[in-house]
Amino acid sequence: MRYLERRMLHASFLLIAVSILCFAFSALAPGNFFDEMKLNPQISPATVAALRSQYGIDQPLPVRYGRWVKSLFSGEWGYSFAYNCPVKNLLLLRARNTLLLTAIATLMSWILAIPIGVWTASRRGRWEDRFTQAGTVFLLSTPELVLALLLLQWIVRTHALPAGGMLSVNFEELTFKSKLIDLLKHLMAPATVLVLASLPLLVRHVRASMIEVLQAPFIQAARAHGIGKATLLFRFALPAAANPLTSLLGFSVAGLLSGSLLVEVISGWPGLGPLLVEASMNRDVYVVVGAVMASTVFMIVGSIVADLLLLIVDPRVRTS
Amino acid sequence: MATDLTTRRSEPPIISAAGLNKTYIQRLPFSRKAFAVQALRNVDFEIVRASLTVLAGESGCGKSSLAKCLAAAEKPDSGSIWFEGTELTRLDGCEMASLRPQIQMVVQDSAGALNPRFTAAEIIAEPQEIQRREDRRGLHSRACELMEEVGLPASAANRHPLEFSGGQRQRLAIARALALQPSLLILDESLSGLDLSTQAHILNLLLDLQQRHSLTLLLISHDLSLVGQIADFVAVMHQGSMVEQGPCREVFSNPCHAHTQELLAAVRIIESTYHAAQAGAGR
Repeated sequence: MRYLERRMLHASFLLIAVSILCFAFSALAPGNFFDEMKLNPQISPATVAALRSQYGIDQPLPVRYGRWVKSLFSGEWGYSFAYNCPVKNLLLLRARNTLLLTAIATLMSWILAIPIGVWTASRRGRWEDRFTQAGTVFLLSTPELVLALLLLQWIVRTHALPAGGMLSVNFEELTFKSKLIDLLKHLMAPATVLVLASLPLLVRHVRASMIEVLQAPFIQAARAHGIGKATLLFRFALPAAANPLTSLLGFSVAGLLSGSLLVEVISGWPGLGPLLVEASMNRDVYVVVGAVMASTVFMIVGSIVADLLLLIVDPRVRTS
Repeated sequence: MATDLTTRRSEPPIISAAGLNKTYIQRLPFSRKAFAVQALRNVDFEIVRASLTVLAGESGCGKSSLAKCLAAAEKPDSGSIWFEGTELTRLDGCEMASLRPQIQMVVQDSAGALNPRFTAAEIIAEPQEIQRREDRRGLHSRACELMEEVGLPASAANRHPLEFSGGQRQRLAIARALALQPSLLILDESLSGLDLSTQAHILNLLLDLQQRHSLTLLLISHDLSLVGQIADFVAVMHQGSMVEQGPCREVFSNPCHAHTQELLAAVRIIESTYHAAQAGAGR
């Protein structure tokens, strides 16, 4: 419990540091949201100055930071200039969409990676292992962007799946079952790209951990006791190989909000990715800061989850 | 003693190996070049039932490879191994699985040989669970019995391996091996890395267990001075070949092979150095 308290304290310091750095870097960037208005002859300089003053842009950095912190406690998380609404509403909606995509993709990746990794480790050096290794090297060396574009090209040619977006135009008119199918169809393409991008790394990690454990003397001893192959692999070896994988799972949780930005932009998924790109281009500072802070929170939660899982799965960590 | 050993030698051996060959292919790091290491060269070997046989030899001479082949942890490239009248090298997976409990092995690295996630009781119960020998309730009490038999308190049943000392871990490994009531127990350098008093305690324990369970013991060791005093038979390996084997007294008093003579001379040098040092300290 004390460990958890200590971690929470560290996390709060980290969040404060990230927020200050975010504000400092956003202040270093030239211009602001209202600068483009100055180019518009229909908007008078007085109006632009009034807007700057209204949104507090003309204030010094510490004052702006203080106002943002205050808005955090009032539940607004800052204000979006472009959308003219509190950042919280905007972020929660987009984060929900991103989480739906990334959680499914992460789950699928792990569900596939564990059996493939365990299987290839048990067939080490044979053609099945070599073939899988070649496949993972190919996928690792192919950028996410290329995978997404290739899949999109195939979808456009075959019309097998919707080419972009999250819901069909007539979504509201559909029955519950049809709505679910429609959502899954839209989810398929971006989720497949994310799975293909993360799968090789996970497979290689699972395989490497398993190979190390399978050579351990206690595994040889279990073999000498006449254990079955499946029991040996999944009941004995996999839990023993779980430590590095548990940390990796923590990273997967940490990357839930930030891991799919590029794929979301390409596939038109209305998640945090397109919002962040748009907000960065428009210099919508509070949205950018909000998205970065949300990713940081996930990063911290991910690493705490990994540590707690490690505590649960490994008695040595508990003892120490 | 000599008559007894002669009688036991005439009995059919519990395990025998004939013409064993084993070669390992190794690769140099960052190279595709492979080279072969011949660990066993035409090895003939047999172990008399209910005896304590010591397998000695320098490092890398093939002792552990022979032990692994006898324990069916590895398959020899050629040759045959007979255990209680059954040829091990011809058995399929299922037949081998039913025979495995009969031959158990305890390795040197006791920390690595015990699953670090299991408690002592779970470690000892594991082989019985695999072989479905006991129901779940009986497993724990049987594990506690075995712990006490090897000199560990049953109150430590819920401790993890890393909470035990090296000697205690070795006892735990022996208890696990005994759980399946094997006929042959192979101890591969199990005494190495332990201090002298712990080695003596474990040797006494092994002798005690041998008498109680009519166990056949194969002890692989460098230390001829320690195990030579209690072994019934000794076998000496050199560069993958079996160069000498026979009753311990015969081999010790009349070593035929030059390598055996070297090993025994080394023991005598150590002993005389020790006695000289003792005498010097006394003066």
